[in-house]
Amino acid sequence: MIPDPTKIWPVIIGLAIGTFLIRYSFLGLLGDRELPAWFLRHLRYVGVAVLPGLIAPLILWPQATGGTPDLARILAAIAAITIGIWKKSVIGAVVLGFGTLYLVQYLAG
Amino acid sequence: MTAYNNTTKSTFWRGFRECMPFVLVVVPFGTLFGVAASEAGLNILQVMSFSVLVIAGAAQFSALALLQENAPTVIILLTSLAVNLRMAMYSAALVPHFGKLPPRMKMLISYFLVDQSFAMGIKEYEERPDQPVENKVAYFFGCMLVMAPFWYVSTYLGAALGANIPDKFSLDFAVPICFIALIAPTLRTVPHIVTALVSIIAALSLAWIPYSLGLIIAAIMAMMAGAFTELKLGAGK
Repeated sequence: MIPDPTKIWPVIIGLAIGTFLIRYSFLGLLGDRELPAWFLRHLRYVGVAVLPGLIAPLILWPQATGGTPDLARILAAIAAITIGIWKKSVIGAVVLGFGTLYLVQYLAG
Repeated sequence: MTAYNNTTKSTFWRGFRECMPFVLVVVPFGTLFGVAASEAGLNILQVMSFSVLVIAGAAQFSALALLQENAPTVIILLTSLAVNLRMAMYSAALVPHFGKLPPRMKMLISYFLVDQSFAMGIKEYEERPDQPVENKVAYFFGCMLVMAPFWYVSTYLGAALGANIPDKFSLDFAVPICFIALIAPTLRTVPHIVTALVSIIAALSLAWIPYSLGLIIAAIMAMMAGAFTELKLGAGK
């Protein structure tokens, strides 16, 4: 659950405006402008720099268990990562991740 | 003129057909977002506003995760917008094709500029660079008119369903699973792998820093590590 619901609307509106400005940036505002190579090189890794760090604590210290590591979630994450890298499959990772989670939870009772 | 319209029309339908397979990705993600967001306590209007106004799955999931961690609004926005920064690259790459269109049209294209429409569009424009701009626009909208409705509707269905799913299904785990699914297939080059590892290690070791600031520091370190590795190895291989 979200502890402070008053943040929800500011986040939605801010994210909507910010995301639109990012998308419209070059197309509408900056035009055909050369970007420095070092800048593009960093930009390429923004996504993969943010997302793993964001989810690592959610997997190791899940809110649902009050922050104690949970074997089912860790194994599910490993399964999803493996299938995602190996098969390059987005759907496969989701299905196998949840499949593993439920299987381990079922086996553990 | 008629022939012209016909090719524009057929280009639209070609975009529609060629982007159809992405529906298989969009529907589960939209549904999971709807489910995860309503589990987190958002009402239907808030869930739908996310998917309709923001229309960027990864950033929506980031915002949702950080809202649940009670991070300050500024940090939530900075982190989630960082996830979307790649779209500035898409925007720059489309300037040679759409730069001369009227602003209103460029705004509409910008709203619909997502990973899939960009990837398919840029591939089409590189294969057929000389087609008139009307056809390029038609292809792009053909692509988005198949994906966007599925995104909205699946979010709605997820949100409507979500509140009724019992806790034992551990749907809080939808957020990490979705991110793994998005990131793992991209871990194909050494710099990407280095970036991901630095991000994980730094984020875990800096988790004690208040206001989720540790994540931002970790992301900056990881980004620099990736760019540095690429520079050392040459050409991102």
